[in-house]
Amino acid sequence: MDLFEILFWLLTITAISCALGVILSRNPVNSVLFLIGTFFSISGHYILMNAQFLAIVNIIVYAGAIMVLFLFVIMLMNLNADVEPQKSRLVQFAGIISGGILFLVILAALRDAKINGELSKTASDIGLIKNLGKTLFQNYVLPFEVSSILFLSAMIGAMVIGKKETTPSPVMMKKNPNQN
Amino acid sequence: MPIQYYIFLSFALFCIGIMGTLMRRNAIIIFMCIELMLNAVNLLLVAFSKMFNDPSSQIFVFFIMVVAAAEVAVGLAIIVMMYRKVHSVDINILNRLKH
Repeated sequence: MDLFEILFWLLTITAISCALGVILSRNPVNSVLFLIGTFFSISGHYILMNAQFLAIVNIIVYAGAIMVLFLFVIMLMNLNADVEPQKSRLVQFAGIISGGILFLVILAALRDAKINGELSKTASDIGLIKNLGKTLFQNYVLPFEVSSILFLSAMIGAMVIGKKETTPSPVMMKKNPNQN
Repeated sequence: MPIQYYIFLSFALFCIGIMGTLMRRNAIIIFMCIELMLNAVNLLLVAFSKMFNDPSSQIFVFFIMVVAAAEVAVGLAIIVMMYRKVHSVDINILNRLKH
């Protein structure tokens, strides 16, 4: 068992235990922190597979930007652990069973599949930023430009949706009379 | 390192995301579970890219991250608006969309 395998198992255990923490912790802030842990261990996996660019982008975009957005929203709403209503035991149990059965089915299917790939431990340079940039701007220019339009529309959409309404709708006034 | 280990790892993460989506009622946690599933797919794509020595799938991971960022911005705006209307992020309240 060399260093590569030790790191692989360490990162795998961290990723799965943090992912379980996300769905099991009562407090949403703890869930966000566990999810950040998962993202860091996935970034560690990227570095093990020599995809440095994606590892850095994963940390900057996911653990940096997206998770800070989640934290802001959670703290804006002041959600506590006891505020969240829980689903009934039966529904929780059904969720666990159906997820576990899906895992078992795919596990059984993959056991018979003939996938005989081996990830070489030697460093390859396809994950470096120079090669990825060349591939991106030679073969994938159109999706790159389309994604900029997607970002623009998402930005405008988020602003339009999140804008405060000047007059509250009458249906909601009936439900919450003290809402201003 | 055999590719099977990475397949099992990413599928385990994906199933944990599915379980969280089915178990919880908090809309923000359901969103986080969707992010978890997207990340599991990303991990598998990077593993295949390493196996086949092909940079295209890493570009695909990059685009998945782009779409995830846009999705989170719009989704959190919807959650904030819902919280402003009904003072809760419980998804069962959205039952009334049926009527």
